[in-house]
Amino acid sequence: MQTLLFLILFPILVACLLLFVKRTALRYAVVTLSALAIGGASIYLLMRYAFEGAVYFAAPSETVSLAMVAIEMGLALFIIYMGAKFRNYLAIVLAVIQAALVVYLETTFSGNLHAVNNLFIDQFSIIMALIIGLIGSLIAVYAVRYMETYHHHHPEVRDRQRMFFFVIFAFLAAMFGLVFSNNLMWVFFFWEVTTLSSFLLIGYSETEEATRNAFRALVMNLLGGVAFVVALIYLAANEATSGGIELSSVLASGDTAVVLIPAVLIGFAGITKAALMPFSSWLLGAMVAPTPVSALLHSSTMVKAGVYILVRFSPVFAGTFAGFSIGLVGAVTFVVASAIAISQSNAKSVLAYSTIANLGLIAACAGVGTYMLVWAAILLIIFHAVAKSLLFLGTGAIEHRIGSRDIEDMEGLIVRMPMMAVMMFIGIAGMFLAPFGMLISKWAAIEAFVQAPFGLVFIAILAYGSAVTVFFWAKWMGKLVTVTRNQEKVEKGFFQEPWAPLYIITGLVIATVLLFPVISSMLIEPYVLAIYGATARLGEANVAIMLLMMALLLILPVSFLLFKRSAKRLPAYMGGRTSTPDLHFAGSLGLTREAQTRNYYLNEYFGEAKLFLPGAVVCAVLILASWVLAGVAL
Amino acid sequence: MTWTWLIGAVLFLILAPLAGGLIAGIDRKITARMQGRVGPPLLQPFYDVGKLFEKERVVVTTAQNFYVLAYLIFIALSGALFFAGGDLLLIVFAFTLAHVFLVLGAYAAHSPYSHIGAERELIQLMAYEPMIILAAVGLYMVTNSFFVADIATTAIPIILYLPGVFLGFVTILTIKLRKSPFDISTSHHAHQEIVKGITTEFSGSTLAQVEIAHWYENVFLLGFVYLFFAWNPIIGIIAVAVTYFAEIFVDNVTARVRWQAALKSGWVVAGALGILNLAILSYMMTGGA
Repeated sequence: MQTLLFLILFPILVACLLLFVKRTALRYAVVTLSALAIGGASIYLLMRYAFEGAVYFAAPSETVSLAMVAIEMGLALFIIYMGAKFRNYLAIVLAVIQAALVVYLETTFSGNLHAVNNLFIDQFSIIMALIIGLIGSLIAVYAVRYMETYHHHHPEVRDRQRMFFFVIFAFLAAMFGLVFSNNLMWVFFFWEVTTLSSFLLIGYSETEEATRNAFRALVMNLLGGVAFVVALIYLAANEATSGGIELSSVLASGDTAVVLIPAVLIGFAGITKAALMPFSSWLLGAMVAPTPVSALLHSSTMVKAGVYILVRFSPVFAGTFAGFSIGLVGAVTFVVASAIAISQSNAKSVLAYSTIANLGLIAACAGVGTYMLVWAAILLIIFHAVAKSLLFLGTGAIEHRIGSRDIEDMEGLIVRMPMMAVMMFIGIAGMFLAPFGMLISKWAAIEAFVQAPFGLVFIAILAYGSAVTVFFWAKWMGKLVTVTRNQEKVEKGFFQEPWAPLYIITGLVIATVLLFPVISSMLIEPYVLAIYGATARLGEANVAIMLLMMALLLILPVSFLLFKRSAKRLPAYMGGRTSTPDLHFAGSLGLTREAQTRNYYLNEYFGEAKLFLPGAVVCAVLILASWVLAGVAL
Repeated sequence: MTWTWLIGAVLFLILAPLAGGLIAGIDRKITARMQGRVGPPLLQPFYDVGKLFEKERVVVTTAQNFYVLAYLIFIALSGALFFAGGDLLLIVFAFTLAHVFLVLGAYAAHSPYSHIGAERELIQLMAYEPMIILAAVGLYMVTNSFFVADIATTAIPIILYLPGVFLGFVTILTIKLRKSPFDISTSHHAHQEIVKGITTEFSGSTLAQVEIAHWYENVFLLGFVYLFFAWNPIIGIIAVAVTYFAEIFVDNVTARVRWQAALKSGWVVAGALGILNLAILSYMMTGGA
């Protein structure tokens, strides 16, 4: 239990310490050391508890719970204050409703709010802790130097770095708390802390746009929060059959009809937090924040809390129409967001849509909830976290060097920033190519949906979704590897330290593929087995082939040596005109003209304006349907 | 465990280029006859590729050779996996990986023509991918296995359960064989080509590798067609021959369409033929019948 408490409390301590650190060098030292401690502790957690199944801890309850309620009220007051300051009355209304509901819960059902075990750990929590502890803290390390450069580039933004790093570490602590809590009241408390943290981080630059987007994120997540409290009230009111506010007993409750209603409500909170449609706009708006914040929100925290809770409750969803409906919300989100990603040329917004799409896929797995799908969902969470954090951090570093985050401007990155281009290449491959992680998971999902009842709907959606996925990633990859001429290298000169996290995460992208059989058999399969009594895995022959493909990919670059000596170089064919290697050609009237290459964005078919609204409407209807269906089941 | 799977893979790696080249020769001969020409000798494709290896090595950038080599290797690998009886989904994904390498090779060259070819190749990929996944799933639904070894040895006449899926697959086969009207990224016919599309900047031995990969690919695809008829080898081989002849015929009587039409065709057949077929099938299996 000490390790759990350490992981929750230590980041808070660091956060408070960072409030007083002004110099970058010192901050770098503090953050790096704490990242080492947090990463080390999460690995220790793995070694200590990986083979023990679910372990529960009583942990002190009374005072802590009281303190949490007090803090929640404080947070509500803060939101009301901020809402008043920026005239966002919706946020105030939601905060007041939420606070009122919490007070109602505490006063009316105070007798039903005692959990025997407040904390717990099982294999799924270990996986989440590893993601938060390794990826999250690496992002924090990267952020120190990034923020220094950020303020160089943006002198107009007020330097609030001490607050920034305070929130980052508080965020990490809340995430740890969320995945270790067995008391749903505690889960809710940490849930709200992550909402507020992301609000503060998104609004960091204090521009009008940032403030507006921060409030949008806040409002949408508060909406989910309200649903969460209602679920808690329902659970407390029906304690006899529902299992009260203890996660483990709720999941073990025999009365699935009673438990389904709170599960759907908490699932709704998960949907808002995971930015599924129609709530995707908050995550898209979050792009205005400095890049490490995006990396954090998209990979290891925030949205992962949303899908974490969905996967936790998927045994309840399994086999119900309400769960099926939630699954469909995810599936529709997956295909629509992937399609919109085709039309985006801003790297961060491609990444954002891809995150939304993948979260949708995870939700689809969790909603249908067969054991094979839960297995696939957890795989998706792992692989997505690793590859996506790499891509965001890479995009941030590139933006600082070339001054743009437009994919068209990344043309020829392999020439200008070779190291960076290779890392981005690996990150993108990690998102959609065999034998990398996301593809393994997608494959697993297809195999699982084939066997699920009415799985064909999902198969059809997945087939189209994965086709568009290939398109938008491959054309980005193409831009990176284009060998342009007469351009200088600009790799040097950027602070080198932030690259260390990038190297490590690149290594992780490859390592997770190589270690995937171990991760699956050591962590995911025991978890799935414990819940469902059955588990899925990839056939040994297939694993061997995947590893063979990986080995081939790692060896293939050696063949570059073969080509070194060969070949005369000619400029590209330009319709027979005299041309130079940098795409200049002899035009008419003796003028030299330049040719340029641009990617297709197919806006007419896949534009945001065309697809977003219909997707959002369908998903909103499906969410309502899930409530109705849960009600009917009762 | 038996080693028969390895034999299948090795035989494919050795024989597929020969078979693929021969098929290409027959193809050219039939095409010529349809157009009222005599046509080249049967072995002309081999002479062509042989000559390509003799050519001077010329590149725009050396990196392009790397990607084309990777393309060849992964096409051969996915075909070998197929003939070794491997998992159909994994084969489809390896196949996609191979094509992404070809596309990257064209991108790497940084040339306007190969760039357009690369984009169009990606659009093709996007057009056929849904149908190919649905075909794999359909085969699974009938035979209860994703493994080619099980599907190929089944006693069930798969085609009777999956007529829609088969028609859909044949439609996207036109894309994969680079046949008109869907040969939008690069074509065998000079009359409808923007320069040479995706292969514009490949020459000499690199172009020869692209050609050999295409042979491997065709043999693999015809093997896929065979699966639908696998319960009876004789009917199977006849069906494969008829299908290929039909492709040649379509190739010669149609003109290239725009990419929008190619994309829509691929997606519509996947939806109208593929999904509908599977929906009816799953209804029948789950209790309708």
